[in-house]
Parts: sequence; C-alpha cells; structure tokens
Amino acid sequence: MGTAWVPLALTLKVAGWATLLNLVLGVAVGFLLARKQFPGRDVLDALLTLPMVMPPTVLGYYLLVLIGRRGPLGGWLDATFGIQLIFTWQGAVIAATIVAFPLVFKASRAAFESVDPQLEQAACVLGVPEWAVFLRVTLPLAWRGVMAGLLLAFARATGEFGATLMVAGSIPGRTQTLSIAVYEAVQAGQDHVANSLVLITSVTCIAVLLIAGRLAPGRVAGQF
Amino acid sequence: MPVPLSRIAVPLAAVMLSWQASAADLTVSAAASLTRAFTELAPLFEAQHPDTKVLLNFGASGALLQQIAKGAPADVYASADQASMNQAQSQGLVRAAERRNFVSNSLVVIVPAGGTTMPKTLQDLLGPAFSRVAIGQPASVPVGRYTKAVLEKCGLWAAIEPKVIGAQNVRQALDYVARGEVHAGFVYGTDAASMPDKVQVAFTVPTEEPVRYAVAPVEAGPNAAAARRFVSFLLTPSAQAVFARHGFGKP
Repeated sequence: MGTAWVPLALTLKVAGWATLLNLVLGVAVGFLLARKQFPGRDVLDALLTLPMVMPPTVLGYYLLVLIGRRGPLGGWLDATFGIQLIFTWQGAVIAATIVAFPLVFKASRAAFESVDPQLEQAACVLGVPEWAVFLRVTLPLAWRGVMAGLLLAFARATGEFGATLMVAGSIPGRTQTLSIAVYEAVQAGQDHVANSLVLITSVTCIAVLLIAGRLAPGRVAGQF
Repeated sequence: MPVPLSRIAVPLAAVMLSWQASAADLTVSAAASLTRAFTELAPLFEAQHPDTKVLLNFGASGALLQQIAKGAPADVYASADQASMNQAQSQGLVRAAERRNFVSNSLVVIVPAGGTTMPKTLQDLLGPAFSRVAIGQPASVPVGRYTKAVLEKCGLWAAIEPKVIGAQNVRQALDYVARGEVHAGFVYGTDAASMPDKVQVAFTVPTEEPVRYAVAPVEAGPNAAAARRFVSFLLTPSAQAVFARHGFGKP
C-alpha cells in the first residue's frame, strides 16, 4: 500500500504542471481565436483540436519522433542544453499538456466569445489600458468557462496513459503514473496492488470533483 | 448533396456487427519475440488447413498469461520461458499433456548502431557511458526475468537497477535501443538479428537456465482440435526451418 502513494504524488505533479501550462497556453490561444480575425483561423482551430480526437498512441509516436534524442527538436535540445525529455517526468508533462490542451482552449474560446464586447469597450472608454481590460473585465467574465475547461484538462491529464507510456516509459518513482502503475500491476498479475491503486485513483477523482464544486459552488460543477 | 442515411446505415451496421469470431478461428497468444516468425508461419498453417483462420495476439508472456487467466478466448499459448508456462500449468489454464518446447533463444546485450562505446562485459554497463539500460519488466516479461536472474547472480542488479528503463515487452526494449533513447539493452539474439542496421550485438550473456520457448493448447480454448494441430505444426521440419531462418535454435 505504501508504494501506491508514490505514483499518486507523481500523477498529481504531472497533471498539476500540465494544467498550469494549459492555463497560460489554452487561455492565450482561446482568446486569440475568439477575438482576432485572421486567415486560416478555422484551419488553426482544427489543427489545435487534433490531440483531442487522435489516438494517444499516435500523439505518443509523434512526440517520440519529435523530441527523441534523434528527433529534430529533441536532438537540438540535447546538443544545445543537454536536455533529454524521453523517460523523464518532464516528458510526461509535455504529453499530458498536449493531450489536455484542446479541452482548455475550446472552453476558453467559447467563454471569451460569450463575453459582451460592449463591456470591454466601456472599460476602454473609461481609460483602462488594453492588458488591464483583459485581466479585470474579460477574464473574470469568462472565468467560469475557463475553469470548467481547466478541470476537465486536469482530469484528462490525470488519466493520461498511451502517449505518456510511449514518451516517458514506466519507471517506478520517476515516470510511473497511477494509470501506468495499474496497467503494470495487472500485467504482472498483482491484483492486490491493482486493487489498492484503482481505489486510490477513484478516491482522488471524487476528491477532485468535490473540491471543484467547492471552489465555485453551483456554477462550475453544474457545467459538467 | 447529403447522402441518405439508409445508404450508409446498412454497410455501417454490417461492419459494426462483424467482430464476432467465427468457429474456424484459431487465436494464438504468443510471446512478442515470436512476432516475425509466427507472422510468417500463420499463412503456412492456413495453407495446410484451409478451413482455419489464424489470429495472432502478441505481447509479453506474463501479460498474455494474465489475459488467459482472466478469460481471454485464446486457443494456443506460446511463452518465451518455462516460468510463465509453469504458472499457466499450475493454474490449470493449459493442457499440460500437450505442452511442448519448440525453440530456444539467446540473451544478448545490444547497443545502438554506430555507437562509440562498446561494452565487453556486464561490468562495463556500470560505467557512466551507459546511464540508461532497457530491460523487459521482470514482473511480466521473460527477457527481463532472465536478465535480472543473471545480474543478480553476478551481484550487479543493485547497481544497474537505477539505470533500468522497463519495457512492456522485448520488442519495445529493442525499439528503445534502435531509436538511441537508451545506451544499451537486453534482448534476445533473434530480436537483435531482426534490426541489423539499427542495433549491434555487444556480447552474448550466458543464462543460468537455457532460454526455451514452450507452447500448449489453452484448456478453455474454443477451438481445441485446431490448437492441437497448431502445436504439432510448430515442431514440423517446415516450421522449424522458418524458426531457424529467424535465428532461433533447436528446442
């Protein structure tokens, strides 16, 4: 049972980082797509949605080829900074971030599109600088939708399996997240380990949903 | 112009309802290291038995065993070691009387092709040049079990364990080395021979017990007659010739 907490802590770390990264990336892209008109906007939206519809193994393979030591990006990172991402928890974060990204930017885009532009214009007229309009008017008005996307992203990142296994492997204590630890335990016929792991996973998921409901009572939880 | 729903509904339903295995299907759950040899053997067997369709399911021997134990409808189980088959036998999952050893293999250490440092002995793997070593997960992958047993015997397991990248099966360990993501890996001689342009064999590791593959019909298999035929087919000269061509040794 004691060993089950290591994959739990790792899972929360990976999912937490992935959600944080998506808070920045997803909100920025969602805002861009909601407010800026530019050629190829629909194509960009479709491309960015791909991680949600493609099988995680396809993503895992793309990532393995791209950020592997012999890949264009991974080779450059290795040669320039000595950074290796395959078989590291940072690699798992990248996989989880990409898989969960569409959930955040889709939700953010919809949320930003539902904000009345007249409210922003009013703030502008009153002399509020553009960046402050975003932070003090647009984002607070869109926050419910953004938050819903972030919660889904956190849940998706917590359960991520296919791409993570391909990119980060299954190293106990370093890259073996809960979902991968369950898989390994079942493969090895260690049903008692699998039992405690799925119990912990289930309890964690329930706790996350309850906390989410508490953070925004009657609002965010109602969107699921 | 929109396509009428009825036009696509019928073929769609036909596809969606057609997964049911037919009575003439023979499902073979085989160790991952047998992938190439069995893929070549399946059409040969089908040519001799035109009424049977061979379905191949590859994975780590331990993982396949768990699938069968949980009721997967396999007819034949082929494991890369005796330990997995012993477990299957003690759980009453296979027909013990019809169990056969059909090929043997060797354990080798491989490095990515074109690598600069070549290990000569197991001790060399302790060096800083080999910070990542791919090994099949010992809990479910036979090649990992062989590897761990050898390393434990020479007292090196504790030193190498922190460098271990656990693979789901031997083909994944091979792939990690071929992509250069790890500096060395423990695989079977046959796997190393299947990618001569991407990996090179550093040395052969003597194992305490020989690497011998076992096959047996699954007790609960739906197609017992074909399963028995497939097991004896593996020991025929024509099948053994295919194994030999893929680098396997005599049982």
